Formats: sequence, structure tokens, C-alpha cells
Amino acid sequence: MTLHLDGATVLAAGRPLFAPLTLAVPPGTVTTLMGPSGSGKSSLLAWVCGTLDPALRGAGRVCLDDADVTALPVERRRIGILFQDDLLFPHLSVGANLGFGLPPGSGRRARIDDALTQAELPGMAARDPATLSGGQRARVALMRALLSRPRALLLDEPFGRLDAALRDRFRQFVFGHAVAAGLPVLLVTHDPDDAAAAGGPVILLQPA
Amino acid sequence: MKPLPTALAAGAVAVPVAAGLLGTVLPAFGMLPALGGTAFSLDPWRILLDQPGLAASVRLTIVVGFGATALSMFVVTAFCAAFHGTSAFRWAQAAMAPVLATPHVAIALGFLALAAPSGVLARMISPWATGWRQPPDIAIIGDPWGVSLVLGLALKEAPYLLLMLGAALNGIPARGLVAAARSLGQPAPVAWLKAVFPLAYRQLRLPVLAVLAYALSAVDVALLLGPGSPPPLAVLVVRWVFDPDLSRVFPAAAAACLLLALTVCAALLWLAGERAVAALGRRWAGSGRLAGAAAVRLAGLALPVVLALALLSLLAAALWSVAGPWRFPDALPARLDGAAWSAQAAGLLAPFRVTLGAALASTVLALLLSVAALEAVARHGPAARPGLLALTYLPLLVPQAAFLFGVQVALLALGLDGGWAALVWAHLLFVLPYVLLSLRDPWAALDPRLARVAACLGATPNAVLLRVKLPVLLRPLLAAAAVGIAVSAGQYLATLFAGGGRMASLATEAVTLASGGDRRVLGVFAVVQAAVPLLFYAAALVLPGLVWRRRAGLRGA
Repeated sequence: MTLHLDGATVLAAGRPLFAPLTLAVPPGTVTTLMGPSGSGKSSLLAWVCGTLDPALRGAGRVCLDDADVTALPVERRRIGILFQDDLLFPHLSVGANLGFGLPPGSGRRARIDDALTQAELPGMAARDPATLSGGQRARVALMRALLSRPRALLLDEPFGRLDAALRDRFRQFVFGHAVAAGLPVLLVTHDPDDAAAAGGPVILLQPA
Repeated sequence: MKPLPTALAAGAVAVPVAAGLLGTVLPAFGMLPALGGTAFSLDPWRILLDQPGLAASVRLTIVVGFGATALSMFVVTAFCAAFHGTSAFRWAQAAMAPVLATPHVAIALGFLALAAPSGVLARMISPWATGWRQPPDIAIIGDPWGVSLVLGLALKEAPYLLLMLGAALNGIPARGLVAAARSLGQPAPVAWLKAVFPLAYRQLRLPVLAVLAYALSAVDVALLLGPGSPPPLAVLVVRWVFDPDLSRVFPAAAAACLLLALTVCAALLWLAGERAVAALGRRWAGSGRLAGAAAVRLAGLALPVVLALALLSLLAAALWSVAGPWRFPDALPARLDGAAWSAQAAGLLAPFRVTLGAALASTVLALLLSVAALEAVARHGPAARPGLLALTYLPLLVPQAAFLFGVQVALLALGLDGGWAALVWAHLLFVLPYVLLSLRDPWAALDPRLARVAACLGATPNAVLLRVKLPVLLRPLLAAAAVGIAVSAGQYLATLFAGGGRMASLATEAVTLASGGDRRVLGVFAVVQAAVPLLFYAAALVLPGLVWRRRAGLRGA
């Protein structure tokens, strides 16, 4: 599946934050968006997945292959997102976090266990997420997003909080899983190393 | 549809308040068809102005209103200046919690038990220090200047302002500002007053004006601790409304209008005073003068005294409730027994049910309305009209006696008075603003990305609310519920007016019984009235830790 943005921008009080953006992210590839803080990168991702702050307004279209999802509510777009913080639900166990976006049905349990194994946390479904290390939590957050069977993945500076050694491993973990799942990935960062590791095209957000 | 939840919350409060004000103003000018008033007339005002002692009532009202507000403000400010950031500050915050939870009436009853000429304090120091072998014949309580009333109000209002100032201080970098000012040579309390207080006060303005409006129009505390003749204006209103002579309703309405005008003038005067103090403060801050630290530290000790008096009042009420025979100068009763408790058990049941029922119903309603309104604002932003929510704070700023009287007139006209619906709604007028105020900040502080992640995982907005937001916000939700219960349990005037005299709560029953003056009975009522909110506060404190005992991320504050 390919993620298309068509004339996309975000408006604050009627003024666009950056020049309209048109791009296509093919399946299994990573496109990197760079720009100084305040340039509207994160707002663009929020608009793409449908969670833009109501005080802002988006313009343009978001399409997955030929399907225009711009008008769909966030929960029906099936676009996953990872933030700088893992944002695991503090009131749910690790397993329940993983199962949050997984539709009910047979094989749920097995898929959660499988995801735990891939996150190098086998058998830890009952654990309190607050007791995991930063790296472990970050991996659970990615597996949680992948289990909800997204059609595209957005990354909002997800490597910023991790220390250097962990960051490299987690980058490979994220890109490896996303590419294996054949997802189009849109990465927002201000770290050139992230862009280099992503390997795909790099786009600089231009002021409007 | 987007502004519906905010409009509902605002309307549930603003419509009755507006109707209440109208129902107060019209009879003040002779118009109340139910009692034969069909033409415009100034007679109610003539009767009011001819009332002997009216000037004294007005003077007393003003003295008490400003006195209680200024005293509470002064002790809290001095305490924070002297002790913010120290362990004494945290100790005071812990000590004030039970005082905050306890209704005004219970504290006032306790203060009576403590400070009256025959109260616990007098017994403790007699006869060895005072020589008293009989309770002295002096007006410690109910003095004509309202000093005991001012003190009784401050026992409740100072902890409330301390809570509000503490919350405001969390939002500003107080520690850094004080450190910066101290590095410029200012002693700590002076540094706090110059650098921190002006920032914190901005967020304190609404609570202070609410305290002022409350102190100007408090009826329950005034009946227990204030002078009887002439009484404060609000007491006069209530006395006339419930006079068997129904035509007294007209001058009562005029007196309620006068109280409303007084409150507006007092608020404007306070705001003008703020400016004057601010101008002087700026000159002081710019003058580089360092003096005053010792005086502020000394004044800072007043708040612990106020807190101690409030807690001792509760203990005094509890002691009286189990006191056996207790001759006057003895420091302690000869023995303890449960006679008063067993004698009152039957009489407690009905008012206890009314208190608990009204508290639970109004709190649940307030939680539903608040969550719906805050969630609408979170989902739709400006389109949900968040500005409407400011209307819900009206009942905190308008004197109760001024609009509850009109509410009763409106309820009578609708045939709704004296029932549960009217009672719960009247309580909701005061419960909703406090519940909304307690929930607003935690709701805003919740990381919005948590909800966004849940939505991106496929959860509908309602699923996000139920599966993520409400569980994560369990602690502030329970705390808001406890606040709601405490506010409702403390409602005297709302119960009196909406209950139409047929539904008595612990608060109204205790004030009624106070004229009989049986200390033991009053002690029982004070303890039960305090116990209801205290139990809910304790539950709100303990439950989240139990529910989330396996979730380290939610166990902390």
C-alpha cells in the first residue's frame, strides 16, 4: 500500500505553517521529513493520522493507494503512529497494551505472545509497563502499533529519548519490522542520523 | 451539537441562577402574583428601610465580609511567604485536608463547643488561670461586632485559600524566583512576597471573590456564631422568608437585593484595593528595601494557629458528643458514655438519608456534566464553546441568599418545591462548579497524545474515554467526587430553600437544634456531618492505590 499526500499543509489561524506538500511513500520504504522545531512537522503527522488539534486546520488530501481517507475519523484510517515517548497505557498490563488495537477473535492470545517474543519480552504479558526499561517500552509501543494492523506508519521523532547505543538498535528494530510488514513509513526528525539510517528520500519542510 | 455538553453544564447552573435573581428582584418591587403582588410598588423597600437596626445589620455584614476575607487572605499569604517550600508547608497542607472536607456547620458547632464561655477552652484554663467557677457572662460567641463570626468563617476559608494558593504555586517556578531574589540579597519571606506572590495572586482572584461573596452572605455560620439582633443581612432575609406572616416575603426580597448590591460593591472595592496594594507592592519591590522578614515570619505563625483551632474544634465537638456528666470548671468530663448517640440514633436517620442522597445524586450528576463538557472541549476545541463553562462559576460569586430565595419562588411557581428533584438541583448549583474546578486542571494535564495513540489503534472517541482517559484519571475523578460530596453535605441554605422546610439535612437539622443548645446533641450532629465527607475523602485517597496496586505508573500522586 502506498501513502499519498496531496497538497498537504496545516493552517494556524488561517495561515499555512509550511508550503503545501505532495509526496508518495511506497510500501516498505521510509520517507523522512526534516525541518526546524515549530515548522509544523508534528502537526502534519497529526493531520495525516486524523488527530490534529481542533484549533488547527489541515488542507489537502491523504490517500492510501486510491482510497481518500482525509474525511475518515481517526479510528477508521488505520494509520499507526509512534511518538518520542512510548505512551504505553499506564493502567494496562503489557499484554493488554499490545491487545488494545487487536480486534477480538481467535488467535489473539497467540499473536500477543508472538509480538512479545519479537520484542524480546517473552512471557511478560502480565507485567506492569512501568517496570520495563526504556528500550523495552519502546519496543512494546512499536509492536502495539503493528498489531493493530495499520496500513501506514508515522514516526514522530521516536528515537529522540533513547541514549545513543539504544537508539541505533531501536532504529533497526523499527525499520526492520515496518519494511517486513510492507508498510509505507513517514518519519519526522531533526536528527540527520535518523534520516541516514532510514535510507529513503529526505524532504525539507519549506516555510510557506 | 458540539457545544451541547458545555451548554448543558452552563445552563443547569445559569438558568436557575438567572431565574432566581429575577425571582428575587420582582418581589422586591411588589410583584409576586402568588401572594397577591401584581403591581409595581416601593413598599418592600420602605418596610426594609424602616426596619430598626438595618444600618447595624448592613455594617455588620460588611465588617464580617471584608474581615473574614482579609483575615484569611492575610494569614495564608504570610504563611506561604514564611514557609513555602519548607516541611512546615507540607505539614500544613496535610493538616488542612480534614478541615477542607468538613462542612462549615460542623466546624462552627465545634468552635462553639471549644470557645464558648462554657466551652472546652474555658474549662481547660479554669479556675487556675481565670478564677472562673461559673461560665463567665461574656459574649465570646455572638459578639455584636461579629468577631467570633469572622474567626469561625476564617477557620474554613483560610484552609480553602491555602489549597488554592498551593495549586497556583505549582504552576509557577516559585523556587527559582525566590532563589533569584535571594541571590540579589532579599531575605526569603521578602523575596517570596516580591517575586512570587504577584504571579500567584492572579490565579487566586476567583477563589478570593468567592470567599468574599460567601462571607457576606453566610447564614448557617452566622446563625451559630453571629449576633442575633441585629443579625447580618442574609440572616434577616431568611428570618423574613420563613416568617409565618407571608407578607414578610416582600421586604425579604428587598433585603436580598440589598445584599446583592452590597456584594457587587464589595467585589468592586476589593478589586480596587487589589490595584492599590499592587501599586504599593511594586514600589516596595523596586525600592530594594530588605526589612520586614521577621514580621512576615511572625505573621506566618497565624495560619498554624487557625488550623489548630479548626482541628481542636472538631475534637471538641467529638468530645462533647461522648461526654457524660461534665461540671463547669472540670477540664474533662467525669466519664465518657454513648447516651447522646443512642438518644439521637433515631433522629439522625432521616437527615442522614437526605444528606447522603442529595450528596450522591448531585455529585454523580456533576461528574457526568463535567466529564461531558470537558470531553467535548477536548474533542472539538473552540467549537465546543469552552467559554460557556465560566457561567457555571456564577453561584460561587453571587450571594446565595440573593438568588436561592428567587429559586424557591420559581420552584413554588413550578410546583417543584420540597421534592428530591428540587433539592438535588439546588445542591448541583454549588456542587457542579467545584467538581468542574477540581477536574479541569487534571483533564488539561492529561497528555493528549495518550488519547491520540488510542485513536490511531482504532478506538472510537467514546472507547478512548472509557478505556483510557477515565481509568487514567481515576484519582482526580474520585477526588472531585469527594469535593462534590463535601460541598453538598455542607449546603445549609440550598437545603432550606429547596427543601421547602420539609426535607431536613444534617446541616439544617443541626442549625435548628443549635437554638436548644444541648452541646452533646450538637456534638453528635457535628461528628456525623463531618464524617460523611471525611469517609469519601479517605476513600478517594485510598482507592486509587488499591485499584492500581500493580501499576506503578498510576500509584503516585
